[in-house]
Amino acid sequence: MSNVPHIVSAILAGLATTIEAAVGGIIVTIVLSLIAGLALLSPRRFVRGVARVYVEVFRGTSEAVQLFWLYFVLPVLVGFQLVPLFAGILVLGLNHGAYGAEVVRGALRSVPKAQYEGAVALNLSPTQRMVRVLLPQAFAEMLPPFNNLFIQLLKSTALLSFISAGEITERGELLRPVFGADIGWIYGTELVLYLLLAVLITTGMRALERWAGRRLGRAPVARTELDLTVGGGGAG
Amino acid sequence: MNWDWQAAADAIPLLLEGLLVTVELTLLGSALAYALGLVLALLRRARIPVLSRVAWLFIEFIRSTPLLIQVFVLYWLVPPLTGITLSAFVTGVIALGVHYATYTAEVYRAGIEAVPKGQWEAAVALNLPRSRVWTAVVLPQAIPRVLPALGNYTISMFKETPLLLAIGVLDVLNRAKEVGAETFRVVEPYTLAGVLFLLVSLPASVLVRRWERRAERV
Repeated sequence: MSNVPHIVSAILAGLATTIEAAVGGIIVTIVLSLIAGLALLSPRRFVRGVARVYVEVFRGTSEAVQLFWLYFVLPVLVGFQLVPLFAGILVLGLNHGAYGAEVVRGALRSVPKAQYEGAVALNLSPTQRMVRVLLPQAFAEMLPPFNNLFIQLLKSTALLSFISAGEITERGELLRPVFGADIGWIYGTELVLYLLLAVLITTGMRALERWAGRRLGRAPVARTELDLTVGGGGAG
Repeated sequence: MNWDWQAAADAIPLLLEGLLVTVELTLLGSALAYALGLVLALLRRARIPVLSRVAWLFIEFIRSTPLLIQVFVLYWLVPPLTGITLSAFVTGVIALGVHYATYTAEVYRAGIEAVPKGQWEAAVALNLPRSRVWTAVVLPQAIPRVLPALGNYTISMFKETPLLLAIGVLDVLNRAKEVGAETFRVVEPYTLAGVLFLLVSLPASVLVRRWERRAERV
């Protein structure tokens, strides 16, 4: 029992890195999702093709393989090594951005066609149509799937232990050989921390959902579940 | 340093051995996830509040925490607690199966809820016992509809198996690592590992997508 404070503080020392990886990954994911999602709907065949290749390659290969490739192979090919945390953020963002691109595409396509026609009738330019009519409505649609995607991304930060980025999971693995008798505490602390971060993401996304709903003049979505429901598949 | 075809050719047999292990893990894990997911979905609907509450908490907890840590818990924590030691492969199957069961449970739930209300009412009117309502009326209609969604989770699982290298499972990625350590060439094994994943998961997702479209039409 006397080891417990030490174990908890040693794992907490990795919390900042986990949060940096998750936040960084989420930012890259949002940017890539928007770019690739819009590109998937481009009238130009070439642009669509490039986006499609990006989406299929990153959804089709395993995330751990992508991490190993970026961290171990890329330095050999280009001659410089990425900092572990940066490599991690890049892989998390590239991988989840590929899933997010489909979310953006699906949300934009779910906006009723009449809205698009109305924008054309009002003589809005293509940029105005996108920014003022289509995206605000699609945005509300995107939030629940993006919530799932961000939880998925948060869980994937554990993979960064493979390249010694110093986040929660790796801290725990460093403790395990020394505090063998207390591994219950090691993994218990880790699980609680991830759970708290997941609840934090969901709470934030739910607030965004309500805000987006209000802006569109829609009633908040009725939920049968408690507000904890998180998760969702990386399916596809 | 560039691509070396000889090194690539030398790496392939071991990588294929790893791919076989990855596929085995995925298939066995899927079988467990499909079965356990149905159990969880039924528990969620159980009329005993405690039971459905516990099932709900279990699902939320497993879904919100990393699979990698669940693997570690099974591999390092369960043996000293229970006295049962699991091999790395069995640990992998159980971890994948339980983790994905929490996703398939939601899929089953949606499928069960999609069965028209009239079907339930008819079953009640016919005075069928509760077990027959499930096995003869509800599940035969719910399950075919959810099969494509289950297929998607099998593909996701396939792509998540490489993290089992953390406990020494000899999957594709671990084999690539092994080849890299022996030959000091990382470009070929890691790149080929990625290609192997693409070669399996791309056709698989195309098939599932086609299957989804057909299921929608019915």
